[in-house]
Amino acid sequence: MYKVSKNIKIFSLALMVTGVLGLGFSFYSAPKTVEEAKAMVADSHSDGHHEDETHNSEEATLANVDSHDSSDVHQEEDAHSSSHDEHLLHYLQNRPWSALYVAALFFMFLSLGTLAFYAIQRASQAGWSPLLFRVMEGITAYLLPGTLIILVILILSSLHLNHLFVWMDPEVVAHDKIIQGKVGYLNAPFLIARAVFYIAGWNFYRYISRKYSLAQDNSSDISNHTKNFKWSAGFLAFFIVTESMMSWDWIMSVDPHWFSTLFGWYVFASMFVSGITTIALITIYLKSKGYLEKVNHNHIHDLGKFMFGVSVFWTYLWFSQFMLIWYANIPEEVTYFITRIEDYNLPFFGMIALNFIFPLLLLMNSDYKRVNWFIVMTGIIILIGHYIDVFNMIMPATVGDQWFFGIPELSGICFFGGLFIYVVFNSLSKAPLEPSGDPLIKESEKFVY
Amino acid sequence: MADKILHAVYDDDDKLMDAVKDLKASNFSIDEVYTPFPVHGLDKALGLKPTRLAILSFIYGCIGFCFAIFMMNYIMIVDWPQNIGGKPSFSFIENMPSFVPIMFELTVFFAAHLMVITFYLRSKLWPFKEAENPMPSTTDDKFLIEIKFHGDGKALKSAVKKTDVLEVKIIDNKGSN
Repeated sequence: MYKVSKNIKIFSLALMVTGVLGLGFSFYSAPKTVEEAKAMVADSHSDGHHEDETHNSEEATLANVDSHDSSDVHQEEDAHSSSHDEHLLHYLQNRPWSALYVAALFFMFLSLGTLAFYAIQRASQAGWSPLLFRVMEGITAYLLPGTLIILVILILSSLHLNHLFVWMDPEVVAHDKIIQGKVGYLNAPFLIARAVFYIAGWNFYRYISRKYSLAQDNSSDISNHTKNFKWSAGFLAFFIVTESMMSWDWIMSVDPHWFSTLFGWYVFASMFVSGITTIALITIYLKSKGYLEKVNHNHIHDLGKFMFGVSVFWTYLWFSQFMLIWYANIPEEVTYFITRIEDYNLPFFGMIALNFIFPLLLLMNSDYKRVNWFIVMTGIIILIGHYIDVFNMIMPATVGDQWFFGIPELSGICFFGGLFIYVVFNSLSKAPLEPSGDPLIKESEKFVY
Repeated sequence: MADKILHAVYDDDDKLMDAVKDLKASNFSIDEVYTPFPVHGLDKALGLKPTRLAILSFIYGCIGFCFAIFMMNYIMIVDWPQNIGGKPSFSFIENMPSFVPIMFELTVFFAAHLMVITFYLRSKLWPFKEAENPMPSTTDDKFLIEIKFHGDGKALKSAVKKTDVLEVKIIDNKGSN
């Protein structure tokens, strides 16, 4: 049995406290009025930030919010100038909320990606991985708190406590023909109902699979294993539909005009690779503390192969989405990438280096995948890269060009990182780390890649 | 110089693997193994050096990648500048996304083809080359271990007989080694 060390407890609690303090400070220091917002921007951009650049990109993202039907050009200019300030205020007010939301999504994805990986191992009856099942179950323990926090954020958004989702604002919808056409799907009650449906389904599978997994430890036949297999196969079918819809609801809808048909797959690839990376990192950590003695470099090698392969898969989907829209250059679609290239140049292209070039070159050699510190180093790069990926999905729509990586973002990571570590390691200490009753455990023990 | 060759024939890859491990454990050096398909783990059991083909494959891929960049730059930008996706900037870097599929394909093309050619050269295979396997059925369903030895080879024969062997043959070594 694994016991949570004192250091981990103190570390995770310290992270959470730091995160709460930082988030509290960021909410407190967000501007309350248009004047405050203007003063803040004037202060922080006195070092020669191009005024017209901000203006252009703003137009690109939010031209859709204003109606441009007015024939009186002058009146429109005036309206635009005052709405500009209004947007600025919304952007600055959104920043702590977005930082909270991005970190909440990222850490929930670690858990959800791991759950999908775990279900695939179960449904495919993989022989190499049963020794790692308890590590995966530990990581998926965060799914319940993680998804519930997101549900709370969504409910707060639908109560108009923030402007993360512009389509929730009735005034925006009243002037926007495109959103009006989507109201049947994009409305707050239906969004919450769908979120409850996905969250209930995922957590139900997590609960039932964990139950059968623990029951299998002390059972004389393989009935629990068989039931787990059936539930896992069913879950995968449920998951791929709900995951895709989740990505439209919780991520793509922050840009309500834009859509991409492979967005669900793209988000899936991101959560899948970060989940697998987390499994590898926690396995290596537990091994370094003397647990999981039957796990050897063959298992790490296989996780490394998955990290390498899914990183390439993620890049393939990212590029497929980017190139078609970039090449076609249709205004309503390409605004999405124009804001990211103009205002988010470094995170947008830096992410490709972190998520593709580093894993590609570092993990290509077969021998490197068996070296623990190589996996840890690449894993940390992959996790940073995929945090930035989620950042790039949410921030451009919610804070526009007012982004920065500062106290709100760091505190968001601290809080959810602390909570994640606390929940995961607590859950790891609840059951033996080796699923001794699993019928495939022998195969996993003597597995050679 | 060995003057005799022992051929041990097996009808199953598991039996072959066990035999190889047993013979290796009792310090007989196995010269060659003929199998109808790649047997998983056989290279490790025989103690063969890891292949260096992977390193070459990486280098070939890099050559293909560079060649694709050179080719697309010459064709689309330098020699006959083209309007790509309504963005006639005539700059390689700005039009790079549309060249990525070509770069990818040529990387794979170069890596794959040059690797196969290297493999053929290294294994001394060329068209109309006569087969070297001593028993045609090793291309069908039989597995054969070849061991060269001196003298009567009593210890070797008894060791081979102990394994789950189908047939043992001893022939004179007519080759140069």
